[in-house]
Amino acid sequence: MKKTAANTDTHPGKGRRNFLKTAWKFLGAVAVAEIFFFVISLLKPSREINQSKPGSTLRIIGNIEDFPPGSVTPDRINKVYIIREKEGGFLALSIVCPHLGCSVLWDETKQQFDCPCHSSAFDQHGIVLSSPAPRPLDYFPVIIEEGKVKLDLTRKTKRKKFEPGQMTYAV
Amino acid sequence: MENNPGTDKQHKNHFGLILHLHPRKVRVSTLRFDLTFGLGGMAALLVVIQVITGLLLKFHYEPSPENAYNSILNLQESLLFGRMLRNIHHWSAIALVWVAFFHMMRVIFTGAYRKPRHASWIFGLALLILVVLSNFTGYLLPWDQLSFWAVTVSTSLLSYVPLVGEFLREALLGGKEVGQPTLTNFFNLHTGVIPLLMIVLLGYHFWRIRKAGGVIVADRDLDSPMVDTRPNLVNREFTVALVLLAAILLLSSLLDAPLRERANPSFSPNPAKAPWYFMGLQELLIHFHPFFAVVVIPVTILAAAIWLPYIKTEDQNQGIWFFSPGGIISARLSLAAGALFTLIFIGLSELLPDPELLLPALPPLITTGLIPLLIMAVTIWLFLKFLRRRLSLNRSEIIQSVIVLMITSYAILTLTGIFLRGEGMNLMWPWQV
Repeated sequence: MKKTAANTDTHPGKGRRNFLKTAWKFLGAVAVAEIFFFVISLLKPSREINQSKPGSTLRIIGNIEDFPPGSVTPDRINKVYIIREKEGGFLALSIVCPHLGCSVLWDETKQQFDCPCHSSAFDQHGIVLSSPAPRPLDYFPVIIEEGKVKLDLTRKTKRKKFEPGQMTYAV
Repeated sequence: MENNPGTDKQHKNHFGLILHLHPRKVRVSTLRFDLTFGLGGMAALLVVIQVITGLLLKFHYEPSPENAYNSILNLQESLLFGRMLRNIHHWSAIALVWVAFFHMMRVIFTGAYRKPRHASWIFGLALLILVVLSNFTGYLLPWDQLSFWAVTVSTSLLSYVPLVGEFLREALLGGKEVGQPTLTNFFNLHTGVIPLLMIVLLGYHFWRIRKAGGVIVADRDLDSPMVDTRPNLVNREFTVALVLLAAILLLSSLLDAPLRERANPSFSPNPAKAPWYFMGLQELLIHFHPFFAVVVIPVTILAAAIWLPYIKTEDQNQGIWFFSPGGIISARLSLAAGALFTLIFIGLSELLPDPELLLPALPPLITTGLIPLLIMAVTIWLFLKFLRRRLSLNRSEIIQSVIVLMITSYAILTLTGIFLRGEGMNLMWPWQV
């Protein structure tokens, strides 16, 4: 280091050369970062295609009568459970365990959702009964129009606890 | 070459390539089988087997969710030796993980990771990671229930990496869940990117061995004579290669690679398990907060492995498995302690109530992360203190003991995950699983 400093005094070109060297290194780093982002974006090409506009993805799950009060109905195609409470409220829970992505199963006798992968359990509102799941099951807002139960599958929502606002009631 | 130029010329044509890899003469002491067990050479042979069988499998495999499973069925049922081909690829892949792992153990135990072999060690670590990654990416390709859910579970682990985790997971999957883009990504990584990287790194790995003067030599063997590589080394390597090849062929004709029913994205099998080499990690996840099990513990271990060659030690331990009788005892004690501590830890976490229920006021990061980690660290620290007091060990032997402790713990976690976890990942006896 000392040597360079001494040389700079005697050879005025040295400082310029060092500057250019640093500039090359900087540009090299920028190029590596660009390539990295380019490669990563190549890995997920379908992202834009899959994300269509909200609203256009409203899906009809069934008629209100298909879900008797006090029932839990799986919809394996759309990967949701439709819960109809005794009071008549609808709640749509994602089938995907928030721990590591396995499909949870409804246990009718214990009245709870069990995850087959790491033995997490959730109550009928999707609230964690036993760990390791870090948060309740995600939910979808239910929309009821003209006697039909509809879901917006793009609006999968994470939550910390159960609130009555997550339920939908048929008017 | 000097003593017999006439016949040597013919040999040179046959063995010219080998002399690109090996020096012309090697030290007699390095030929001893129990110095290296031929593990490095075995790993190299397995990579060659994987490349050849993999290239052949590519002629019949179709990487799409609709046809992948059928193409495997077709390969197995209607193609001459199709099932055998898949079996060889499957069993050599598993053998490669084992052999590469034991190769690394041998390098640790003979102190062959230190200068001037530190670059070989670092690149060896990178190669081990590539071996596991290529195993993992290949796991998805049959698109059966086993592979689909193992990959779903394993990639979900990534989402617990802070800040970039979710981004990495979606980049790897090509979307939010396992689907066609995932299969395209994995297929390309498995059959293109990873093998190419491995070949490049292997070249460097081999060159560094030559540069370091071949296999490690113990101080006491420095005056052992040099002999010709061929036939002395080449014949030994050839024998090991043939035995390994025979073992792989035998295994592949007796045991079939598993294939369950076609993947069903809405039904997880119960229990859903990760590939076997990740089972230890999955078991750790039952006991630790995901952030600790996926980020803190693995990153610490990887950092320690990279740091290993740069720890200052006395160098007498190079080229021999155990330096002193105390070293053997401490290695055995660590083996026993690793097994015992881990079993007690698993047992206690099963019997005692969950810590998050006892201390509901604290966040889960502390109750299921920091507290178990502290218990673990204090146990290891006390054990090392005990070893130091009872046996006069040098630093290399302490390092050896820590590594034995770690490896045993992971082995026990893996065995528990595979054999003692049944429906709902609950603890049960092996015959109930």
